[in-house]
Formats: sequence, structure tokens, C-alpha cells
Amino acid sequence: MCSCSCDNNIDLSQLEPVLATYADVPGSLITILQKAQDIYGYLPNEALWHIAERTGIKPAKVLGVATFYTQFRFKPVGKHLIMLCRGTACHVNGADGIFEAISDELGIGDGDTTDDGLFSLKNVACLGCCSLSPVMMIDDDTYGQLTPKKAREILSEIREKDQAEV
Amino acid sequence: MLRIVVGEGSCGIAAGAAKVYNRLESLINDGVLKDCELSVTGCIGMCYLEPIVDVYTDNERITFVKTDEKFAELLAEKGLGSEEVNAYLIPQADVDRLDKQTRIALRNCGNINPEKIEDYIAAGGYEALKKVLSGMSQDDVINVIKVSGLAGRGGAGFPTWFKWNAAKSSPGEEKYLICNADEGDPGAFMDRAVIESDPHNLIEGMLIGAYAIGAKEAVVYVRAEYPLAIIRLTNAIKQAEAKGYLGENIMGSGFSCKMRIKAGAGAFVCGEETALIESLEGQRGMPRLKPPFPAQSGYWHKPSNINNVETFANVPWIMANGGEAFSSMGTEDSKGTKVFALTGKIKKGGLVEIPMGMTLREVIYDIGNGIKDDKEFKAVQMGGPSGGCIPKDLLDTVIDYKKLGATGAIMGSGGMVVMDETTCMVDMARFFLDFTAKESCGKCVPCRLGTKRMLEILTRIVNGEGKEGDIELLEELCLSIKDGSLCGLGQTAPNPVLTTLKYFRHEYEAHIRDKKCPAKQCKSLISYTIIADKCKGCTLCARNCPVEAISGSVKQPHVIDAEKCIKCGKCKDNCKFNAIEIN
Repeated sequence: MCSCSCDNNIDLSQLEPVLATYADVPGSLITILQKAQDIYGYLPNEALWHIAERTGIKPAKVLGVATFYTQFRFKPVGKHLIMLCRGTACHVNGADGIFEAISDELGIGDGDTTDDGLFSLKNVACLGCCSLSPVMMIDDDTYGQLTPKKAREILSEIREKDQAEV
Repeated sequence: MLRIVVGEGSCGIAAGAAKVYNRLESLINDGVLKDCELSVTGCIGMCYLEPIVDVYTDNERITFVKTDEKFAELLAEKGLGSEEVNAYLIPQADVDRLDKQTRIALRNCGNINPEKIEDYIAAGGYEALKKVLSGMSQDDVINVIKVSGLAGRGGAGFPTWFKWNAAKSSPGEEKYLICNADEGDPGAFMDRAVIESDPHNLIEGMLIGAYAIGAKEAVVYVRAEYPLAIIRLTNAIKQAEAKGYLGENIMGSGFSCKMRIKAGAGAFVCGEETALIESLEGQRGMPRLKPPFPAQSGYWHKPSNINNVETFANVPWIMANGGEAFSSMGTEDSKGTKVFALTGKIKKGGLVEIPMGMTLREVIYDIGNGIKDDKEFKAVQMGGPSGGCIPKDLLDTVIDYKKLGATGAIMGSGGMVVMDETTCMVDMARFFLDFTAKESCGKCVPCRLGTKRMLEILTRIVNGEGKEGDIELLEELCLSIKDGSLCGLGQTAPNPVLTTLKYFRHEYEAHIRDKKCPAKQCKSLISYTIIADKCKGCTLCARNCPVEAISGSVKQPHVIDAEKCIKCGKCKDNCKFNAIEIN
């Protein structure tokens, strides 16, 4: 994943293999955008223009599709992406309190990234682990049966682990 | 030789199954645990008991629950049958709870290894497909489905045979079969469980459907939020291709069908079939005008048939056992079984599959074992953002499309979220409107703007700023949105408000007129006070208060300054004497 926060450094050649496979296949715009996000961690402006140019799809349409779906991001994300489930079961079991705890612990709101670039927080509709609610996913790991205290502890653990690695 | 099987669905992994698996693996590799074979299975649906480990001896299956790394070590050290290991045995009451269910769609979940086609075949897999391809006509297949009474499990409950027949009868050589696995209802996860735990069952069901309508290409539209499901399904498709169950000239029958996965990108409206088709074509997922129905003009404007995962998961069983076997279960109106995701304030939550015709009370109390912390049941929410809340006095409602529909809720895809006395129903309605307002695609003005206006009114009410006339205005908006929306999302978006207004109107009135939240949840309408008689003056609350709103001397009753209090509830959470009260 690209860790830069500056659009000028976008290496468009990384998109080539994706475009070579999908640019001429009708109906592939979402797939291309997904793969672009896998490469850059988000969808940089330059990449969107480049995709439009190569596929022949109008830039307005590329952006229209990208902004329609919640999966796509237009800003770089932190090293760890926290996806906090705000589904029904999690809501009933206190997801609001978990959000407040994380938000307070990291000093960021939904969609924001911490100043040190370590964490990004994103509310999501449902992670499908309802019986463990409230739930959050950090990168590929799911954490269930959260309490505000447990959520804070998990974040501290990750932070400490990262600092130990440095 | 022991066979040790670890339940690794998403929930199991989240509960720590991977750690148990890794520990077992290293013990086997180190030679500490001898004569053992280790494998994985999917989700059996008893999420409250995860991580679950099954040990198969030559003649029995022993289930251990809430396992951890310590369990693995004890198994190696003390052995099967020892007191220490037996402490992890599944309680009989939980076995009984499983026995109350009837499993068709979930029949293999938690029993076979989802990563091995051999396991599925050994469980009778692909026999139904074989039967279909060795002599049954398209009409024969559709007729069996018609006899079975199978209806769409995604929510609408439309007869499956009718859709298949319409797609089959549409003129054209090129037809598509699509599986809707864009499980968007926040609170339902049966589709994820089926794909993660028994992907071949879905593939077989889809192939039978593809044969029936005459499709040569099948697509599974899966939520991107389900990475494990995508991995397991991709793997299963490859295995099925290698075995000749997918691809050209399947089992020498002359029938060919290929299958691919398309990952969704996160939009609730894509659960609507025409919006899903738009999304498959790489567009914004906005619904099309019907008619023409997808059966006439769907994906790339060719005849297409779309069914939900659970619908397809029933098909192989029906073809193998006959339509009558399926229709013998259930009620006059609704046949077979239905899977529910039982969650919320429930003691034993998870996935349950029951015959239609059971009552809500039986599911919640006999299978779910009642309400968490023995609180008072208030309502059960069914059908997610398109559904409604069913109150206590309707707990004996029979699970059946018509009977549930009569309450104002819907069967939906099977989300069943239980709520207790501490759940505020106005806040619940606001929660769902917040969801639908965000997820509205924006095509129809009544849905795009109406849901926003409703959300504003509901937010005002929970903030204690509700006005006389708000309820009437909500009702008016509900009707306009229902009438003026093209697709199911808009037409059903007002349901959570309509049902809560119908059964819990007094809660709305309490918020608006008395400025009180009966469930004591809405922050603007509650205040925290310390009961002087109970307070021991331990100072714990004052030390934990983030805004220094609590004052008092050691061993003297403390006081909360209502002006400073931000109602975070930390004092109540920390008080060991139950001295803090919400008013």
C-alpha cells in the first residue's frame, strides 16, 4: 500500500496490469476502481482521470460511480483502518458508546485519520458478526463483545506494538 | 486416530478460533498431540459458544465449546475424557436447542470442511445436480420447485418457480443467472454463513437454477465486506471446475455453465434486483423502472433471474428429496424452513433454521433462551430497515409471510433483533431512518428528500425538541415516500417508523409532550443523580468523571452538577454500590 499523502507521487504505471486486463471489458469500472484502491490504499484524483482516459468512460461518470459506493475512499488512510460496525445488533448493544470511546481515545471522528497517520476510523453498516456485537474490524482482525474500556485497550495494544517495531 | 475440527467462520475466528487452531497445529507438529488429523469447518450458528471444536473418534463426535489455547494444551496433556478436557463439553441444553431446529439450507454448515469438495460430495453433494442432468427437463425442474412452494428468501417472498419459469420462457439464447449475496440488512448474516460454511451447496443450487432457465453464465454478487466468503467461494468454484461440475458439458450432459464472482462495493440499494444489475454493469446502483422485469430484460438487457443465497441453498435438498418433502413443512402460506439471525439483547444468539409456522416466542425463548440479563422483552425487529418492530403482545405470531406481514413487519431476509426495556423505540426508528437516508440512491425525490426530513424530525424528537404535530407530519411523510418511490428501499423505508408509531406511540408522545425517554436512553432527556442513601463516598465516580461534574468529600455522599454533566454514564458504570440513578 502506498503510504504517501501527496497526489503528485502517484505512480500510474502500477495501474497498467489492471487496465490491460479490464479497460476494454464492458461493465468493469467498479472492478478497476476496487483494484486501484488496493494499489494506492485510496482513489487518488490522478488515478481517476487516468482510468477515465484509458477506458473511454467520461470522468464525471467515473467519479459518479466511485462516490456512489461506500467502499471507495478519496483520502489516504492511516496504517490501521478501524471499521466500526453500526449495524442494528451493534446499535442495540451499545455501538454509540464504542464510537465515543474510540473517537475520544484517538481524537478523530468518522472518516478521519490521526495526525501520526496510525489510525483511520470508519463507521460501516454491518460486518455480519452480529452475535458478537458490538464489533469492530481493525485491518483483517475482528474484535467482538466490545466495551468502551476494551476498545481503548485494543487501540493501546496496537499502538504499543507498533512503537515496539519502530 | 482422532479427527479434530475447528469451527472457522468469521464469527468463530473473531472469537479466537484461529488461535486455537494454531495451537493445536503446533502441538501436532511437535509430536505432543499424537494420532490426530486437524481440519476446519464453517459456522454451526451457535455463535455464543464459539470457538467450537469437534473431536471425532471412530464412533462418535464430541463437541467442545468456548475453547481456548489452554484447551489445546489440556487435550494434549490430559487426553480426551479427562476431567479438565470435559469441562469444555457442550452443555446438554445447548444440544437440545440445536435439536429444536430443522436444517436444510444450513444442513452442512459446521459439519463439513468448506474448503474441500470431497467433504461436500461425501455428504451427498452434487447428487441433485446429477439427478437433474440425467433426464429431467427444464419444466420438470421448475415443477419440482413449484410443488415445493419455495419462495424468495431475500425478503420479498416471491414464488421461485414463477421467476424461473418467466426467465425460461423469455425468448433469447443468452440468459443469465445471478445470485444476490449483497447481504445489506444490518443485522442479518445467514448468506455469509452459507457461503463461508457450505459454498458448494450454493454452487449446486445455482447450477440447477441455471439449467432450469437455460443460462450459460452465472454470477454471484457478494458484499466486499465478506472477504472470507469470497475466498472460500473462489476456491469452491475452482474445485467444482476441476471436477467437471462447472464449465463445458457438465457431467457429459451437454449442459454448460460458467460461474464468476463480482464483489460489491457497498450500497444497500444493490440488494434491489434492478439496482444490482446496474451495479454488475459497472454503473451507480440505481433501480430501473419495472416492467420490463429482469426475466425479460435484465443483465445486459438479456433475460436474467436473480435469487438470494438462501433460496439457492434450499434447491439441492429439494431436488434430492422431492418438492413434497419441503412443502410438508411450514404453513398453508409459507413452506419449508427459514434461517434467522437471532441477535440483539438475546442470551443465546446465532443462526437458527426453523420450519415456518413456529411462533416468535418459541424462537426467542426456547431456542434463544430469552432476554439477556433477564430483562423485560420489549420488541423484536424483523426485516431490517425495510421491516418493523413487533411488540410483546404479538409474540405468539406465527412465522409465515402473511402473518408477519399483517403485523406491519416483514419476514425480510431473516434479521431478528431482540430489544429489551432499555431500548428506546423512537431512537430505533431514528437509527433506521439514518440508515435509509444515507443509502437512498437519490433517484426518486420522495425517498431522497423524504427520508432526510423524517430523520430530522426523529432526531429532533430524541433530542427533546419534538413539537406537537410531529407525529402527524411523520405519518404524512411515510405515506408519500411509500407512494412515490420506485423500488423496495423507498417503498419500505417508512416501515420502522410506521410500526413503532403503531405499537409504541406512547413513547413518541412521552418524548414530545413530557420530554421524557421511557427507556432512559436519549441523552437529552435524562439526568444522572446520586442516591445519597446508597453512596458510600468512595470517590470512584468523581475520579472517573471526565468533566469534573461530581463533587463530595471522602465517605460523604457525592453530588452531580447537572450543568456540567455530559451524561456519558461513566459514573454509573464505575459505581460499585448501584448508587447512581438515571431519571
